[in-house]
Order: sequence, then C-alpha cells, then structure tokens
Amino acid sequence: MQDLQSLTEQALDAVAKAEDLAGLDQVRVDYLGKKGQLTALLKGLGKLSAEERPAAGARINEAKQQVQEQINARRIALEEAAINAKLAAETIDVTLPGRGEAPGNAHPVTRTLRRIEKLFVRLGFAVEEGPEIEDDYHNFEALNIPAHHPARAMHDTFYIDPSTVLRTHTSPVQIRTMEKAAPPIRIICPGRVYRCDSDVTHSPMFHQVEGLVVDKGVSFAHLKGCVDQFLKAFFEADVPVRFRPSYFPFTEPSAEVDIQCTACGGEGCRVCSGTGWLEVMGCGMVHPNVFASCNIDSDEYTGFAFGMGVERLAMLRYGVNDLRLFFDNDLRFLKQF
Amino acid sequence: MKFSNAWLREWVNPQLSAQELADQVTMAGLEVDGIEPVAGDFTGVVVGEILACEQHPDADKLRVCTVAGHPEGEMQVVCGAPNARAGIKIPFALVGAKLPGDFKIKKAKLRGVESFGMLCAQTELELGEDSDGIWELPADAPTGTDLREYLQLDDVAIEVDLTPNRSDCLGIAGIAREVGVLNRCPVEGPAIEPVAATIDDSLAVSLMAGDACPRYVGRVIRNIDVSATTPLWMQERLRRAGLRSIDPVVDVTNYVLLELGQPMHAFDLAKLDGGIKVRLAEQGEKLTLLDGQEVTLNDGTLLITDDSKPLAMAGIMGGEESSVTGQTRDIFLESAFFSPLAIAGKARSYGLHTDSSHRFERGVDYRLQEKAVERATQLLLDIVGGEPGPVHLRELNDAMPAERHITLRRARVESGLGVQIADDEIIDILTRLGLEKIDQDDAGWTFLAPSFRFDLAIEADLLEELARVYGYNRIPSISFSAALDILPEHEVELDGTALEQTLLARGYHEAITFSFIDRESAALFDPKAEPVALQNPISADLAVMRTSLIPGLCKALQYNLNRQQERVRLFETGLRFVPGTDLQQQPMLAGLVYGTRQAESWTGGKDWVDFYDIKADVEALLAETNAADEFRFVAGEHPALHPGQCARILRGEREVGVLGALHPQLQKQLDLPKAAFVFELDLDAIGEARLPAFSPLSRFPAVRRDLALLIDADVQAANLVETAAETAGEMLTDLKIFDVYQGEGIDFNRKSVAMGLTFQHPSRTLNDEEITAAVDAVVKQLEQKYNASLR
Repeated sequence: MQDLQSLTEQALDAVAKAEDLAGLDQVRVDYLGKKGQLTALLKGLGKLSAEERPAAGARINEAKQQVQEQINARRIALEEAAINAKLAAETIDVTLPGRGEAPGNAHPVTRTLRRIEKLFVRLGFAVEEGPEIEDDYHNFEALNIPAHHPARAMHDTFYIDPSTVLRTHTSPVQIRTMEKAAPPIRIICPGRVYRCDSDVTHSPMFHQVEGLVVDKGVSFAHLKGCVDQFLKAFFEADVPVRFRPSYFPFTEPSAEVDIQCTACGGEGCRVCSGTGWLEVMGCGMVHPNVFASCNIDSDEYTGFAFGMGVERLAMLRYGVNDLRLFFDNDLRFLKQF
Repeated sequence: MKFSNAWLREWVNPQLSAQELADQVTMAGLEVDGIEPVAGDFTGVVVGEILACEQHPDADKLRVCTVAGHPEGEMQVVCGAPNARAGIKIPFALVGAKLPGDFKIKKAKLRGVESFGMLCAQTELELGEDSDGIWELPADAPTGTDLREYLQLDDVAIEVDLTPNRSDCLGIAGIAREVGVLNRCPVEGPAIEPVAATIDDSLAVSLMAGDACPRYVGRVIRNIDVSATTPLWMQERLRRAGLRSIDPVVDVTNYVLLELGQPMHAFDLAKLDGGIKVRLAEQGEKLTLLDGQEVTLNDGTLLITDDSKPLAMAGIMGGEESSVTGQTRDIFLESAFFSPLAIAGKARSYGLHTDSSHRFERGVDYRLQEKAVERATQLLLDIVGGEPGPVHLRELNDAMPAERHITLRRARVESGLGVQIADDEIIDILTRLGLEKIDQDDAGWTFLAPSFRFDLAIEADLLEELARVYGYNRIPSISFSAALDILPEHEVELDGTALEQTLLARGYHEAITFSFIDRESAALFDPKAEPVALQNPISADLAVMRTSLIPGLCKALQYNLNRQQERVRLFETGLRFVPGTDLQQQPMLAGLVYGTRQAESWTGGKDWVDFYDIKADVEALLAETNAADEFRFVAGEHPALHPGQCARILRGEREVGVLGALHPQLQKQLDLPKAAFVFELDLDAIGEARLPAFSPLSRFPAVRRDLALLIDADVQAANLVETAAETAGEMLTDLKIFDVYQGEGIDFNRKSVAMGLTFQHPSRTLNDEEITAAVDAVVKQLEQKYNASLR
C-alpha cells in the first residue's frame, strides 16, 4: 500500500498547486474521476484476498475523501479569490462628487418668514394675506390715521393716485380680516410692504409680519407674554426683552420692543449704536377706533397687534450686515442660506 | 426736540446724570436719540482781549496782536482773521491749550514773527457755525476767565425723538413736567409776571375762520432797539437747541417757542394797514414768505391779513413784507392758537416744514397764549427795550376745542393692563400729568384732560399713561389662553411651499426682486400694457409696478453674470399687477434658467439647457396638483419669447402660464451671450389640487407594443398622443413617445416618432388578438388623420 500513500500525497500536492477552478477540476478528474488514479486503486482491490479487501477498501476511500475535502476547500478559496479580484477591479474613487443637480436655497427672507409662521401657526394663528396696492381707507383711515395726520409723515408713502397707495405695512390685512371674520381672531399677516425711502439702512420694499389677537379678556400683559416668548423662541436664546412706550395711531397703549443686542450682549457696540439694545418690533393694544371701523365692540373684545421687519430679524439671526444684499439676488449670497 | 440739559435742570432737577435721565425718559416713551457735548473738547482757552493790532511786516493777511488774558500777562499772537482788531474780546487759546481734534497749541513763528497762542473762530472750538473770523465775545466778558467756565460749557444737548402724539413735550416746560412726573419731584419754571402796559396802543383783531383759529393774543410794543444784541446766554441756549441766532426779536420768539412750546410771530407794526384779520385764503391769493419765495395760496389755507393784504401763512411762516427788519421801531406780537386740523398737511402741501407748523399741526396748548406773550414781552424789554401796550385777547368761545372728560373704570385698569395699580397711585400719576379729577364713583373716576394733551381723549389713552409711568417693564408677561378650535386645512388647495420645495430640489435658488421696475423693461416684456405707475417713485428704475416677474429675474441674471456666475437658476413668487379698469394683483411663480444643463462636473456634459429642461421643471410643478392631466401645453406667442419656442399652458381653456426661450432680440438687448429660458405661472389658477382617488391595481400582466411612425414634421406630438389614446380604448394604461428623429434617411419634411403603448386589463389577461386590433386601429387612425405611415 506504499502506492496509496504516495498517490494521495501527490494528489494533495496537485490540489494545493491548482491555480484556478479549471485546474482544480482537472485534478479532481485525474485522481477521483472514473478513470482517476485513486479510483483505479479501488479497481485493483480484486487482486486482494477477501480478508485484506475491506481494510484496503476503507483506506482507499479514506484517501479519496481526504483529497475530495481538500478539493472543496481549495475551490472555496479559489472562488473567494476570484470574487476579490473582481471587486478589486471594480473599485472606484469614492471621493469624487456625486452626479446630479445640487439643491437650491430658499431666500433668507422666506426662510425667516417660514420660521416666524411656524412658531405662530403652532399656537393656532392663521396666515392671512392681502393686496399690496391698497386703498387709503384700509392702509390709513381704518387704522385711525386720518388724512393729514402727522403720523402719515412717518410712513413715506408711495402713491398710485391720491386714494391708492402701496401698502406701508401689512396692517390693512388685519382690517380686511376683522371686516369679514368675527372674534376670536388669531392671525399673522406676512408680506411685502413699501416705503418711499432708500439708503443704506432703508429699502423701498421690505417684508413685515404682523400679528393680531382679538378675544375676550386680552390684556397688555398677554401681549408682553406673547412677544417675549416669540422673541426667545425665534432667537433660541433667553434674550432679554424690554418694552418702551411709543406711538402708533392704531394701538393704545403702544410699545416698541427692544432685545438686548445680540452682537455685544448689551455692552454697547456698533450694531446697537452703543445702546446695548436693538429695536425689533412695534406692538400695542388694538385702538378702540380700529375696532369701531370693523364693527367690533371694544367693550366686549380687546386685542393686541404686533409687527416686525423680516429683513431686520434675518439680519440679526444670520449676521447679514447689509440690507441691500437681500434684493441683489447675488447667488453667492443666496447659496449661504 | 433738542435742548440743553442745564436749561432743563433749571426747571426740574432730579438726582440723575444726563444719561440716567435720558434712559428714564426713553423708557417712558420720549425716546432720546442722542446726548452730545455742547462744545468741542478743548482746554486752555480763555477770554482774551486784543489790546493792539499791527500789520505783519512780511504777510499781507496776517496781523500781529497784543492780547491780554494770559495769567502771566500780555502775549503776542499772530492772527490771520480779517476781523482781528484792537478792543474786541475773543477766545484765546494759550500755549499748551488743546483744541478739538487733539490739536495742541505751541509757541510758533509765522513768517518770522513769534506767536504765543491762537485766537479762535467758533468752528475751531465746535461752538457754532461761524468760520468767517475770530469769534467776537460780548464786551463785558471778563478777560482771563476760562472760556468753558464763562460759557458754562459743561453741559450736554439732549435730543428727544418725539412721537407725533406728544406735542406737549415740544418745549422745555413739557419735558420738565414729564421728568417731574417720573421722579415725583417739583417742577418750577421762571417766574412769568404780567408786564404792565405803558401805552394804550393795540390792534383790532377779527377772527373769521371759526374753529381754525378761535384764540388770538396780540400786543403792540413801540420804540424797540433792534440793533441790540441777543445776550450770549440766550444765544447759547438757542444754539444748544439747534437754532441760530438771527436778531433779538426773532431770537426771543424762538426762545419762547423752545421754552413754553408756543410759536409766536412778530410783525413790523409800521407795515400793517389797519387791524388783523384771521381768515381762510381765497384761491390764487399771493404771499411772499420770509424765505423770499412767493406762493400762490390755495383756498383753505389759514391766513393772517391786515385790512388790505395777506401778512402771513398762519402757524406756518410769516410774510417778508411785514417782517421785522433792521429799521423796525414798533412791533406787533402774535401768540395764537391755530387748530391742528387747520394746519395739518398745509405746510407740506407748500413744501414747507417749520418749527411752528410742526407744533401747531400736532397741537399747541390752547391756554398758553397770554403766558407766552408776557414771557416774550419780559424778555424783549430786557434786550431791546420799548413800551408795551396792553395784552389783547380775542377768543371765540364756541369755537374753542371742547373740554375732554375721560372716564376711567377701575376694573379696566386691571383687565386692560394685566396688573393691579392702587387707587391713590392712579390718581397721583394722572394728576401729576395735568389731568384733573372731576368726578368719581364706585366704578372709577372721571378726569378732565389738560389743554396741552391733545392725545388724551378716551379710556385707553389713560391706560397708556398709567402703564408708561408705572413702567411697561413692571407689568407682568403672561401667556394668553384661547379656545383651541382646530382650523380648517384644505387638502385640495395647493400648498405654496410644496412648489418652492420642488424648485429648490431641482436646483433653483429663490430670488426676491422689487415689485416696481423701470418703464423700459416693463415695455420690453409686455409692450401692450400700460403699467400702474407710481406718482412718487424713488427713481426711474423703480417707477412702474411689474406686470410680470420675468423682467426682475432677467435683471438678477444680468447681475449674476456680471459677477462670474455662469449657471443661474432662479425663481420668485410674488404679485404681478395687471392694469385695467379692475386692477388685478395676481400671485405668480416665475423661473429662469441659464447655463449648462448640468453643473460643471467631472461626470457631466457641457450641453446648454433647452426648452425641454425647463418644461420638465414646469411639469414637476404642475404635478404637485395631482392633476397633471388637466394641463396642456400649446404652441403660443409672447412678445418676450422666441416665436418657435414658446408654449402657453392651459388648464381646460384657461391660460395659467407661459414658458419658453427669451426672444433672441431681447436676449441681445439684455446682453446675454446665450439663450435663457423662463416660465411664469398664475398661482391662483394652478392652486386647485385634486384629492387622490385610489383605483385598484391589476393583477394581470401588462403588454407593451411599440410603433415607429413617419409623419409630417409639423404634426405636434400632443396631437398624435391624443388621437392614439382616444383610439386605443380603455385598456391602454400608458403611452410614451420614446424617440423622435428627423434628418438623414428620412424625407426632409417628415419625422419619425416612436411610441410605446402599454395595455392592461383590470380583471383578465389580454389576448394577442385584441391588442393587435387596438394597435391596428391606432395606426389606421393616425394614417388617416396625420398621414402617418409605419416605418
């Protein structure tokens, strides 16, 4: 049986040396196939005595099995190597940029508007819009600003004709809403407004969001709470807020709202002209004359209104330092938001 | 309103620094705009006296002065001022002095002559606007005194930006009253005693304009000396309030205006013909004003006239002819009440705005006139002398402003402000503000509003007064509560943000352009429209309301191309203004693409965008309605668009938008090197969306058949598709054009169109025969209708 041992070693050596699947298969055929050399040994069993035959057969089968196992193992190894070779060949540079259109950006004013809207809509405010070419009545008269009222000088109005203007604020939307809906009312009115003024800090067109709440038992303390919470939520900071008495014909009492300067934290800097405070909103309790022009009983209902400049809030929130950038539509600017 | 802090402190003097005072009044509603020193920063300047003044030996324009004032005695100073002469007192900056701008005075040699110090002009000390020569101080100025001490320059000017309702604070007296209220401290002005008449002269005054002028006080003063000089203290107070000294009479009336808030006017008595009449102008009357301009008056303008001519535009500006001049001996002083309504808007309609009109249109205390006249008389007699006549008051009782009684309900204080204020604090605050409690009951009080507070008329006004004196920031901030009804949410209303998101995802950036554009651009894009024009545009560039958003986007494109941005995709939402008898303000969504189809990249091509790129964007937008099948694109025309690459977008028969390439001619005019593509959609028209409605999915296989057809080149795809779909029957579930070819191998006026038809039945498998029959029917119909042939 010296033959069997050397033949087995020879076969195992051939398996180990097989370079690919075809070569390996050839080894299988050469040793284990029907005419294979190990198979041939089985055929030689007939020459042995009946006593010797079972043990010799078992040894040959054991050798065949041993070779078969090595072939199997070698096959798996060769297959894996083939896959690995394929994968290696398919490797790409993953650091190259992706294919297709990069998304654009919403304008920072829109981004800011959406943020403001979101905060109020959660509270159950409806979003109302209105015309930008507005009649004198809705822009002024109904808001307790009669003709020749000195407050009209505060507005720098664009006129289309003597009784038609570009709205100077979104307050006319409040009037239009109160004309058609009964209290309780909770609305915000975003939109473009126009003032005949143009310099580094004034644009002839800008955006406002105004809010209006009309209900029973609404007080100045509620106004303060609403504005204070809004500003803290908008800036996501516990920013100090103060209310200063002011004057708007359509509210009484009226207030300007300042926040502590976001640039210097109240120390006083260029952004806040050294005062430590930034004016961000106007607000007040709805004037009874305004209610009267909308047929709302001011003994039964009270309300508050507030208004803010969207560009101003956007400038503070995102650190924009020049108002004019908002309307140049420079892609290098727009792509930052 | 700008005023000297020191002046205010004579009236009311709480223990607060100027800054603390400014902060306090700001938080009470009188917003302080600024606090500035009343003089430049300088030291080492004294009152000097020129003892002698000689010509410089080597310079025509220089003089060599001997000046007293230095503690060590007389000094030689070389001076170039033309008015330098012996005998005058002047500001003398000694050697070692520091002038504004950190300018140090040193011993110097000017053209060979030694100079020890400098004689100063007003501007060099930032003490006035006169730069013509050295400043001549009053003859009684004590030589050698430090100038800062002499002029009391350790003062600041406080500027308050008053809201239009607070006319009562347009005088020191009003500001002082406010400070007194806030600090609960006494307020005391100068004693104003009636000045006894020494002559009997007076002028007859007739008030013929009813409630426009119900009150008029006049006084004659004879034999004044207008050559007198306004005392320095008064000049300084005027200067610190931003007014220039003119002559003693004008200075006094201005001083009273600043002090008490009453505008006054002085006429040259000799120029008056008969008595004073206050009446409304007749259309076309003429008056030459103090500033020299002749105005043609409109009826309704309130006038002061004498028996023969207009003298002054009441409450706005005096006339030139009757004004006080260097020759005037006798004057007539006017101190009147003109109602805000009579003055409001009038000054502006003549392009005027004066300190007087500013006050009258906001409201001047209608009880102040006699006091003001007495104060002015007192000051005038001190300066220009003269003999006063009696104070002559005319008043139309019935036409006077009505007294305002305001009821304040105790309960309303708490419900309106959200804070409880004690009764005696309420009464104290309101009383200090000048209100008079005239009645009270269990529910509250009734107050009489003071004659100087035109802004107090209703309960809410008193709530504001209470709140601001109590302190806005002492009122709590609390959450409001409300009945939380769920608001309607209409799913079939297209959500505007969905459209935005679609475009953003497709690489567009959002632009916001002005709603007004220049007339030329408007005409380029929409030549037929006469756009809505502004009466008072900022500039010709922003003169008319846009009738389309596309011009603005084109301008933004140009802006970006000029800044090396070569691939531009922009959109904007906003109103367009369609003129007509019934002006339409329509919300639109417009877009513009320019540049290569794909952003420059290692993988991308360099192809330029074309019509079908932007059309896909528009289709994506329309798909947001979930009703894309309601929209059709038809070849159209638009003045701004390429005639062969322009589609009108229809929903049913309604035009909802347009899309196409900019007209090559317009492209050239806009200086665009290559084609730009634009679209504009009417948001209202596309805003109606369709609620999704489920249809069951078929479990049976779909079968696709492809057709390659030759048709005339001018047949439009939409027509083929429509006909094919109609003919193919209900089993057709999809129809796609997957190839269009024109060119080599095909007749030049024909094109090849390949379409794929997909058939599927909801409840069974289709057999070959029925599909073939449907396809044959399609082919036949297309042959007949469009001369199509199978390839």
